[in-house]
Amino acid sequence: MGREDAVVKQVVAKYNNDKTRLMDIITDVQHELGCISDDTIRCIASQLQISSVDVEGVVTFYHFFTKTPRGRYTVYLNNSAVALMKGRTAIAKAFEEAAGCRFGSITSDGTIGLYDTSCIGMNDQEPAAIINGVVFTNLTTQKVKDMVAGMKAGKNVQDMVTEFGDGANQSEFIRSMVKNNIMRKGPVLFAPYEMGSSLKAALSKKPEDVIDEIKLGNLRGRGGAGFPTGMKWDFCRKSEGAKKFVVCNADEGEPGTFKDRVILTEIPHMLFEGMAIAGYAVGASEGILYLRAEYQYMKKYLEKILGDMREKNLLGKNILGKGFDFDIRIQMGAGAYVCGEESALIESAEGRRGEPRNRPPFPVQKGYLGYPTTVNNVETFCCVVRIMLEGGEWFKKMGTAQSAGTKLLSVSGDCSNPGIYEVEFGTTVQTLLEMVGGRTAKAVQIGGPSGTCIGKKDFGRRICYDDLATGGSIIIIGPDRDLFEIVHNFMDFFVEESCGWCVPCRAGNVILKERLEKIMSGKASMKDMEELESWCKIIKSMSRCGLGQTSPNPIYTTIQNFRDLYEAKVRKDVDYVTTFDLMAAVQESCKAAGRIPKVEEH
Amino acid sequence: MSTIQFTIDGKQCTAKPGQTIVEAAKQNGVYIPTLCHFEGLKPAGVCRICTVKVGGRNMAACTTPVADGMVVENKTAELEDYRKAIVEMLFVEGNHMCPTCEKSGNCELQALAYRYMMMVPRFPFLFPKRELDASLPKIVIERNRCVQCLRCVRAITAPDGKRIFGIVKRGGHAKINVDRELAQSMSDELAQKAMDLCPVGSILKKEVGFAVPIGKRKFDTKPIGSDIERA
Amino acid sequence: MSKPVVATASLAGCFGCHMSILDIDERILKLIELVEFNKSPIDDIKTFTKQCDVGLIEGGCCNSENVENLRLFRKNCKILIAVGECAIMGGLPAMRNGIPVKECLEEAYLKCPTVDDNIIPNDDELPMILDRVYPLHEIVKIDYYLPGCPPRADLIWEALVALLSGKELQLPYEVVKFD
Repeated sequence: MGREDAVVKQVVAKYNNDKTRLMDIITDVQHELGCISDDTIRCIASQLQISSVDVEGVVTFYHFFTKTPRGRYTVYLNNSAVALMKGRTAIAKAFEEAAGCRFGSITSDGTIGLYDTSCIGMNDQEPAAIINGVVFTNLTTQKVKDMVAGMKAGKNVQDMVTEFGDGANQSEFIRSMVKNNIMRKGPVLFAPYEMGSSLKAALSKKPEDVIDEIKLGNLRGRGGAGFPTGMKWDFCRKSEGAKKFVVCNADEGEPGTFKDRVILTEIPHMLFEGMAIAGYAVGASEGILYLRAEYQYMKKYLEKILGDMREKNLLGKNILGKGFDFDIRIQMGAGAYVCGEESALIESAEGRRGEPRNRPPFPVQKGYLGYPTTVNNVETFCCVVRIMLEGGEWFKKMGTAQSAGTKLLSVSGDCSNPGIYEVEFGTTVQTLLEMVGGRTAKAVQIGGPSGTCIGKKDFGRRICYDDLATGGSIIIIGPDRDLFEIVHNFMDFFVEESCGWCVPCRAGNVILKERLEKIMSGKASMKDMEELESWCKIIKSMSRCGLGQTSPNPIYTTIQNFRDLYEAKVRKDVDYVTTFDLMAAVQESCKAAGRIPKVEEH
Repeated sequence: MSTIQFTIDGKQCTAKPGQTIVEAAKQNGVYIPTLCHFEGLKPAGVCRICTVKVGGRNMAACTTPVADGMVVENKTAELEDYRKAIVEMLFVEGNHMCPTCEKSGNCELQALAYRYMMMVPRFPFLFPKRELDASLPKIVIERNRCVQCLRCVRAITAPDGKRIFGIVKRGGHAKINVDRELAQSMSDELAQKAMDLCPVGSILKKEVGFAVPIGKRKFDTKPIGSDIERA
Repeated sequence: MSKPVVATASLAGCFGCHMSILDIDERILKLIELVEFNKSPIDDIKTFTKQCDVGLIEGGCCNSENVENLRLFRKNCKILIAVGECAIMGGLPAMRNGIPVKECLEEAYLKCPTVDDNIIPNDDELPMILDRVYPLHEIVKIDYYLPGCPPRADLIWEALVALLSGKELQLPYEVVKFD
């Protein structure tokens, strides 16, 4: 108990015995002790004077928290669909062979642990893994062998990074091999801009006028849902509250999206400036950047940028001498896709399980710690900065009537130029495919697994809120891919990431996946397929939050757009097909009894 | 205090401001099926069985406040089928061996299945492996039957206000667990309260069982909700 | 016109559902008038002698013989009805689902304090045990389900009469129960 107790006491004291900082407390304690055992859970609970099951609930909710040791070197290998396309299977095998343990376990000496993880935001440079917080991209079997040898020799993980990416990835505060792959710069995000100029412009207006300008520009949330930003800020501004909060959702967990990673790397000051403008507009003096755990490698760098901005008086007290106070802290996540949902994100930032809240009340009414809170996407804040400089009218001239401005897309999969593209809203899928070198695509997944999978007949459709909405994820699926494998991977993802709160999402996704597997096995009837389609509708209609309302989409949209593929898998001559295999079912008992199974066909 | 006017399936209803749709419906003699909901506890919106349609959108009636002029669709064929589907999901998600369960006849999940005349769930049985915990002095936690309604989590607290029950893990692996120390010191009354709150046979008080004979149990002769429904 | 032919069987069940069939009391006389029984423990006919109209199956499938029998019923009956909880969802025998069958066998035949000839029975005459207990509809197509443990005699009666007479089934609340 000695060391454990001391570590917990010290960490809890560092966060002023504040139970709303439980995420940070667990992160820090785990960093020291390697895992959070039942004893450690009890220590933390008693220090914070909360129930131990509350602490255990949080520890076991997040993918990167663990109750058991995961090795001195913990390898989290991405298992997203695009990782699989890019050879993840061979890489996983290489890790297992070199390390001498299977995925989901640690080596007998406790040196190396191998674990799967959902998309880490590196789809344009897969296969990729995170080892002790450090990102390794474009993995090859040879690289894996060298890395595992390094781990066995006790090398420092950071020292295993020998090549560095472009731009700020080379900064002494990042030193990462991650590449930006900025393939197309547009006028909103990647045009030149002078730090502080936008905030200065905003502070010279009345807060209401700032909001009006955003409304004039018809800016909508860039996370994918597309709620009008100005309206959200207006609600937040008008909500009663002793204080208010601005939260930036940097939890980009939708498989296939990585555009926020590039913004955070290359234009974080633009983002932070946008947050400050939001603070000014809604009347908040505190901001929180909720950063997904996978991007921990940027934390030091982002802290440095925040420090620079404080020095320049773009953050802190009396900003630019205008009497406006605003500062930002970084809240790390710990691996949970559902935290991308704004109320789940707030729950998480308050030190709880990342379960979405029931609404009403909405975050703009009762958000972080019960105060009015506006939660916006990374890209949205950057758009705000440009609108303050160029005006809402200018912004609105780009895009379509319902979707103003540009959109930053993360393009990956079967194309020659994966990376990020800033395009005007309204761009057709066909135009995009030509831009990225993906003409041969047979399908495109728009908006990640929770979005829509379309085929060639729909490539003329446009990327915008009123047609094909996307938070940025575009996955290109080439002619030789088995679409079922991709759909199955997406369903695995949703089963893994469901928070478990509501029944349709918790149980429904497991059921959908099982039925999908039945169809994939070839032992299914037309009725099985029709039932599957109807079950998708039930889960979409009855689930509580966006996760469950969209999780059937991989199946649902492929049944709609690739019905022929499903029909080719199912039998049309009979209405019932069993997957039962007598020979397989008796194997285990016969082995135990020392019998040779004899099965005659009936 | 002002009165709210609204309709459920065309029936004119009134409510007090702040009431949820479920509460207001009950007061007007309309039954909206619920499972996780329990009067007096903060609504959780877990089971989604109370889903109704308002303005074309589905919402949980237990968490949504009623508003003036609201037009609520409740007993539509589609909603009733989807509600039945949720009951069926719960039956395949756990291991519900009704004949072995002492809550049978008093179980709300079972009662909903009766109400919806569930002859067999439309979904495949998942037969999960779930742990039973009989190590506590006053109660047995039988997770095979748990529907994770969170009633125990919300209502059962130690004298100092700490929660005794909580949920751990996530997704399909999520399960009810306890603060062992606090659970060890549960009183008989609290154990009884936990068992009574539990809509299924997942929390059972030790030493007493099968006290009410078949035929006299809560849902033997009257469907769940029949005490609320008025023509 | 010849009478409809009915067959029945108990697989991994306890014969409780068959007892419940007998529980229709004096209506059993009417039933005999209404139908002809073929393969069934009720008349002790061991093998199908003709194509049947209705098969009533109690119990799920826990071994190879159950599977064989069930498939035989599917082949010989136009309509197959799963009778009782075990047939519908495995029932009590399915409480072993989730425990590896090897562990079950070891517990029953090797570790159990009341056995002394420590051997897991392995005679080829014995049915082979399945890895878990299967509800009937996972193995063959089932047309109707009559829940209960056992299903109420009234449920069985009403369902049979409705089926044989082609009338719509109207069930009172009291007859559909799972225990």
